[in-house]
Amino acid sequence: MSTKLAIIQFPGSNCDQDILEAFTRHFGVMSTFVWHTENRLPKVDGVIIPGGFSFGDYLRSGALAAHSPIMQEVKSFGRAGGPVLGICNGFQILTESMMLPGALLRNKNRKFICKYLYLQAHGGRSSYHQELAGRTLAMPIAHGEGNYYIDEEGYKTLEGEGQILFKYAASPQDREGGNPNGSKGSIAGIVSSNGRVMGLMPHPERATDQILGGSSDGLLVLKAFLNTTM
Amino acid sequence: MKFEVIVHVKAEVLDPEARAITETLHRLGMPQVKNIEVAKRYVLDIDQPTEAAAKDQVESIAREYLANAVSETYQVRRM
Repeated sequence: MSTKLAIIQFPGSNCDQDILEAFTRHFGVMSTFVWHTENRLPKVDGVIIPGGFSFGDYLRSGALAAHSPIMQEVKSFGRAGGPVLGICNGFQILTESMMLPGALLRNKNRKFICKYLYLQAHGGRSSYHQELAGRTLAMPIAHGEGNYYIDEEGYKTLEGEGQILFKYAASPQDREGGNPNGSKGSIAGIVSSNGRVMGLMPHPERATDQILGGSSDGLLVLKAFLNTTM
Repeated sequence: MKFEVIVHVKAEVLDPEARAITETLHRLGMPQVKNIEVAKRYVLDIDQPTEAAAKDQVESIAREYLANAVSETYQVRRM
């Protein structure tokens, strides 16, 4: 049976078409859009929360979206072991809905940052880690609030439990020097304690074609997600 | 009855906006400004039979929605 994905749409989502296109064109995977006011998820193998500026970033980035009716369903889906991927604003929505620990604060340099950078994939026990650990990926970021914050105790838990998936890197050789936004420990992406929910600030769906930006490394992240749905 | 909710980042969390304003005031010749805290103010008009019930509801709204417990704290005050 073929994989089916749900892409959640909020007012202000703007990477929903891109992620649908990436999964359809590169993997032949069918996705269906689900509007945020829905109370039920269709029968799917994975859920994507795309990037954008849901509800105009009012209150805090992702805070209003986190309380949308559909998010109750997404929470149940994730708790039951369903794979959930949150990209950029999707990551912010996942932390605001407490599906992932920590919070995403305003960038330390106060600027909206839109650029390509490198990510170092770290080790851990989740299926995402198994696919990606040890790799260096080139991918763009585009955010004003990507400064990952968690207290010291929380950070030790993330490290100890192997929940850190990506750290920013200045170059393919660099381990942690390329922190663009002030994130604790240069964190760019994490997974939940059950290893099924992944959130990251960089945009894998914007790095799927060499001719657009010069990297197709985003496909590796999307493939890791698809393999988790199987 | 009206309640004021003030939400601001925790002391240990860097607030880039507050730092930018502080640095600008320093540059404008006001080194006496040691620190600035920036906060958001919400005013909630609540219809409840008693003040205690209204305050409980405001506390709950502040805790669950207006502040993010990871990075922010809040104070509630009857106006």
